[in-house]
Parts: sequence; structure tokens; C-alpha cells
Amino acid sequence: MAYLEAVDVSKSFGGVHALQGASFEADRGEVHALVGENGAGKSTLIKIISGLLRLDRGQLRLDGQDIRIDRPVAAQRLGIGTVFQELTLLPHMTVAENLLIGREPRDRFGLIHPGELVRRAARILGGMGLQQIRADAVVSGLPLAQRQLVEIAKVVSRSPTILLFDEPTSALAEREVAWLFDLIRGLRAEGRTIVFTSHRWNEVRDLSDRITIFRNGQRVGTFAAAEIDENRAVELMTGRHVSALFPPLPALPPADPVLEVSGLASGRIHDVDCTLRRGEILGIGGLQGQGQRDLFLALFGAQRLRAGTIKVGGRPVTIRHPRDAIAAGIGIALVPEDRKAEGLFLPMSVRQNMTLPVLGRLSHLGYVDARRETQMVGGMVRQLGIRTPGLDQVVGALSGGNQQKVLIGRWLLTDARILLLYDITRGVDVATKHDIYELVTTLSKGGRGIMYYSSDTAEMAHLCHRVLVMREGRVATELRAPEITPDALVRASLQVGAEAPA
Amino acid sequence: MSALALEREPLGERLRRYALRNASLVLSYLVLVAMVIYYVAYAAGHGQLSVFSVTSVFNNTMPLLIAAMGQTCVVLTGGIDLSVGSIVSLSNSLAAVYMQDSLRSVVEWSALILIIGSLAGATNGLLVAVGRIQPILVTLASLSVWAGAALFVLPQPGGTIPAGFTALLAGNAWGIVPASSIALLLLIVFWMAFRRTGLAVALYAVGNDERSARANGVPVVWAKIAAYALSGFFAALAGLYLSAVTTSGDATTGAIYTLTSIAAVVLGGVSLFGGRGSAAGSMAGAFVLTLIVNLLFFANINPLLQEFFQGLVLILAMAASVVVNLLLGRSS
Repeated sequence: MAYLEAVDVSKSFGGVHALQGASFEADRGEVHALVGENGAGKSTLIKIISGLLRLDRGQLRLDGQDIRIDRPVAAQRLGIGTVFQELTLLPHMTVAENLLIGREPRDRFGLIHPGELVRRAARILGGMGLQQIRADAVVSGLPLAQRQLVEIAKVVSRSPTILLFDEPTSALAEREVAWLFDLIRGLRAEGRTIVFTSHRWNEVRDLSDRITIFRNGQRVGTFAAAEIDENRAVELMTGRHVSALFPPLPALPPADPVLEVSGLASGRIHDVDCTLRRGEILGIGGLQGQGQRDLFLALFGAQRLRAGTIKVGGRPVTIRHPRDAIAAGIGIALVPEDRKAEGLFLPMSVRQNMTLPVLGRLSHLGYVDARRETQMVGGMVRQLGIRTPGLDQVVGALSGGNQQKVLIGRWLLTDARILLLYDITRGVDVATKHDIYELVTTLSKGGRGIMYYSSDTAEMAHLCHRVLVMREGRVATELRAPEITPDALVRASLQVGAEAPA
Repeated sequence: MSALALEREPLGERLRRYALRNASLVLSYLVLVAMVIYYVAYAAGHGQLSVFSVTSVFNNTMPLLIAAMGQTCVVLTGGIDLSVGSIVSLSNSLAAVYMQDSLRSVVEWSALILIIGSLAGATNGLLVAVGRIQPILVTLASLSVWAGAALFVLPQPGGTIPAGFTALLAGNAWGIVPASSIALLLLIVFWMAFRRTGLAVALYAVGNDERSARANGVPVVWAKIAAYALSGFFAALAGLYLSAVTTSGDATTGAIYTLTSIAAVVLGGVSLFGGRGSAAGSMAGAFVLTLIVNLLFFANINPLLQEFFQGLVLILAMAASVVVNLLLGRSS
């Protein structure tokens, strides 16, 4: 009999039905993957089971008993632990305070014992193989991946019988993903129930015993992992046949370099040389945190250069500020992974978001030429296939993939010749990913130079003409088109990690 | 780095890490130390350093310091309490009108006034936490309500405070130790213990990120109500202390504490965004603000310029804090 059950659960926000009579069952001792496009209702279901949202209709059952979960504490008491996609760590508190919040060790006066708190937290981290994380470090000072590990450690250390993971790997690099998978397999061996969501099919395939597919707030089906393949799953998720996830790589015509970088040093990168040609998609690979981000920020003028020269179209340029990068004659634009924090203004409209950098060109005597603005924005929305009810739609109401397209559209309006795309498909569902791949390929065919970083190795392998694998702030290896495979990339990245630092 | 290495870390390294993490707090104490040295040198040079002058510094600081402790609780949750000043006034007016010169009256009225303050604060908390109204709006409204109530209780300045009450809070023990310094010690002990309770963790957690706090099972609503109730309690206590120090009542005397308590909190390095800082810093901030007034008094500067100089110090302190944080951000 199923251990955890959700029966005919419905939930709507305003007029939007996130879940419509969706059911789900997970057994004791199984790893169950929950897959579907963004907006299919996976996260909503997980939030309902963990008490963050209340269901409108339907029933939850645990071990055959009806249960009511109206707040997070209620779920925790029932032995349900959740690793949310948006972390629930308290940034200005220490790792130890976060790990043991609500169950701090007390002294004989009933007061929290700070020394014991840190020791106990260090023991928990050590016991899970996370010795590299200091228990007394402040969370906001940790890199994103380590924060994710702390979040996982926090939830697992509460010893829940049911563990829900909402996109646990989106912030992790290969090594940490391997750690997490070992952890999950260990928990399964102990008889715990694990439910997780992921947009990466290889993870779903490698880890899960059963797979439940959601579409439009309903369950499409539950399958044993062995009896369904990726193409079938994608079909069920999207409701249409996607012939191939990745478009064919366009041929690379001989062309002059549009961007030449030599001896670049900034942040943790040093001595980086690279060239980008017109129409080329150049991948910047390697393990997470090897300086890829610094390279992108430095080229966009968002981070100071210590040394090095940048040439655009053969002409040396100085980029001290994103303003310089966007300026006519240079035309470098950055699309970051955290579009909410580093690019878009969520409460503002598609129109306002897109034309922000070109308002000067659109206006006469301080007044914006609304007709030309509508023309430009409308054209871009059509060209990029942005799914929005109108140009004045608030960007925050669009799906993640469409938000990403709005940001790309903004830079295309500035006539950017060089696009720096940094992990733009993180947390984006498979159909939108497909759209973004097509878009990137089309842009490269149109003669733009594209620098591409992704935490998804398969993406780098299929999408790029060339990949520079980075290691400790330098370019370690270069791979060229036919020889770029996920295996080769991982090998190039890991081999690097095994070498002793000089 | 293993768990064992953590325990064996040398003291110097631990201190360095502490200072880096609590840069704002350390800075506020550096400012305080500088002010104290300057004050002592100046007062000694002018023959004004005496038990009396030291006692008066402590006495003048205590009401502000207590009000700032309450304000700290609210600011830690990411809120702000503008009603502090009115509750101080109300408390002062009630004490001046009703408190009689008998132990029983003093105890009963002190208790009643503290309860009224706590309830006034809890009401703010209820409106903020359950009513989901902006803290600044809620407390701006209750600022008026309690200011009006204070004027109703004591329309004209006057009333009396029992001499014994003044001696207890604002006098000197054994003729030399300011009673205020003992009260300060008690407050410090209170804060050290409070900092290690579940409620304190909840206040910090709510100020860090309310959504995350909730997901971690922190009782967000109760924590907020408690924060404002504590603020009201401390404001009432500050009003009692002010009564003991000034020995009379005035329904408008507390008004200034709204802004100075916020200033002390800011000087003490508590983040107005919530979740970071400590009442230890606010205490230093309260002393700094009072010492400025004393120094201006010694230096014969026009009292009308007091607020000007207090504001100036506040701006300088904040600028210094920004610079220090920038420098630390670069180096780490």
C-alpha cells in the first residue's frame, strides 16, 4: 500500500489552476521522481505536502490515515522534510544556527548552549561527509552550492521518514550531485520515502524507481523507471512531439574574430586568452566556480579588470561599466542566471523592461515615442516567440523561460553583437529550453558571437562550436565541435580537479 | 578543516573572525571608547569629573538605553516602532500622577505601568503580524494615540515622584556606585540570557527572511507580537526610569525617545533591514548620544544646537560603518 498519498488535490491562485484533481502515491523505501514542465504543478504539490500552501480540495494520507497539514511545523511533526527550490536558510545566521533551528542544544538553565550548538552542527556536517563546510560560518558568505548542501543537511538531519526534494541539483556541480545521489540511495536503503523533481532526464533515470509525470496540474501517468524513455516522457510532459531537444549546430563560416581577449585578470581569473568569432557559440566549461562567472562579469564591465586587453572587432576597447559594454560600437550584453536579481524589473511591464537601455534613442525632448516603442517591442516579442498576453503584461507574471527571452530581447534591441549567456536555462522547463536552444542557434546564424555557460553538461556538448574548459581561473583545455561530448567535458573538468595544484 | 580543528583554533584567530563578522558592533564600541576618553579628559581638565557627574551621565543614559533595547527587538524583526516616545510619555505621566510615596504604591503602579506598556506594544504587534499592516503605519498611529492618552492623564507638566523611587533607580549605592550602573548590569545580564532563548532566535530568524523562518517552523506571528510587546515593555520601563531621574511628570517629555532610540540602534550597528545586530550595540549607541549632549554642555555650546550635533555624529558613524564594511568586503 502507498505510504504517502495525495488524492484529487486541487489548488488555484486567483483564477489560475495550479493543480486540478491531481493524485500521487509514493511507497516506503522508494525514490520517486516527479517530472513535468514549469507550471505543471510539481512544486505546488510539494509545497502542499510540506505545509507551505493549503490545498483547496482533496485529501492527503500517510500510511492509510487521513492527515491535515496546515503549516510547515505540522508536516515536520509527521516526519515530512522538504528541501525547497528556493532555499529556506537564514542568510545572516551561522550554518550551525540554521542546521539546528528549533532544536538547539540547551544548558541546565534552559538556555541555548552556543558552544555545543557549533559542535553538534559540526558533527552533523562531518557525519554527512561535508567537513569542508564550517559550522560557525555565516550562511551569506558561502557559495550557492554550499548553501544548498547546508539546506540538504538541515532537512536530512531531522531524520524525516519522507523527504521531498524540489530541484535539488539545480545549484550543484557534478561532484556534489554525486554526493547527493549517494545520500539519497543511502536514505532509500534505510526505508525512507524520497520524492524529487528535476528537469534533467539523466538524473531522473539514474536515481528513481518510479516516475510520475505531471502536465497542466494533473497526473499524466506513473511509470516504473525502466519502462519509459526520455522521448516518451518529454512527449507526455509537453503534450506534443519534440523531435530533438537540441537543434543541429549551424556550420561555422570562416569569419574574423569579433572579440579578442588576452591576459585578462579579474576576480579569481588570471591570464585568460580567448577569441570569439562572428556566428560562433563558444562554451565556457569546467566545474562550477572555476571563474566562469568572473569572466562574464568582467567582459560586461560589472567587475573590475586587474590586467588584460579586450578587443572588439579588432579595436581595443575599455570597459569599466556595463554602460560601456552596451554602448554602440562595442555591443556586449550579459544575460545572467539570476534574472530576478541581475536584470529584470519584475513589477514592470514587458515593454518597459525591454526598452530601458534604448529609451534615450526612442525619445525626443524627454518624451518616449510610444508608437516606435510598440513597434520595436512587438517585433521582438514575435521574433523571439515570447508567450505573453500583451506588451504591458508585468514581467513577474511570465514563466521563467519567457522572462529569460524578455531579457535577451532587451539586448537585441541595443544591437548587441556579443551575447554573454550565463546559465540561462537553469530551472527552465524542457519545452522552453528547446525554444531557447533554437533561439541561441538562430542568433549565432545571424552573425552574433555568443559566449555560453551552463551548469548542464549535455547542453554545452550539443550547443557549442567550441568549449574552453576552465580550471582555477585559467583556461585549461579547449574542445572542438565533434569531440565535445558530455563525457569528454566531464573528464576534462574532473581530470583538472585531480591534478595537484602547482 | 575538521570539527576538531575548529575547537583548537587559536584565540587570536577566533577574535579576528569575530571582529570581521561583527564589524558594525566593534565599530560602535570603538566610537564609544573614543567618546569616553574624550569626555573623561575634558571633564578632568575642567575639574568636573566627580561621582556626581558620572552618576548623571549614567542616569541620563538609562531611559534612552532601555528604550533602545526595546527598539532593538523590533528592528531585529525588520520592523520599526515609532510609538516608543509616546509610551515613555504615558508611563512618565501615569507615574507622576498616581505613584504615592509608599512601597506598595510604587510596586503596584510600576507593575501596572509596565503591563500597560506591554499591552500597548502587543497591540502594535497584533496589527503588524495578524493585520499585515506596515509597521511604520501602525506605530505612527499608536504614537498619536498614546501621546493623546499621556496628555489626558497629565495636561500640564507637574506631579511628583516618590523620593524613595528616585533614590532606588537614580541614586548612588554606598554613596559612590551609581544605581544606574547596577541597573545597566542587570540589563546586560538580561540580554545575554535573552539572546540564548528560542524567542531571540525567532526574532533574528524573522528579520533574516520571514518566509524561510516560517518554513523552518518558527512561529512568525508570535515572534512579531512578542517583539512589539517587548518594545512597549521597555518603553514603559524607560518612562519609569525617566520619572525617577527627572522627579516630575511631563506628557511631552518622551517624544524625543522615538527618534533617539532609533538613532541609538543605528549607531549600535543593528541593521534596519532586520536580522543583524545586537542590543549590546544599541547600548553603546545610547551612551554615545548622551555623551555628546554632555560634552556640548561642558563646551558651552548653545543647547539649541544639541540635535544638530547629535545628527552630525549619527551621519559620521554611519559613513564610517559603510567605509569599514566596504574595506572588509574587499579584503575577504
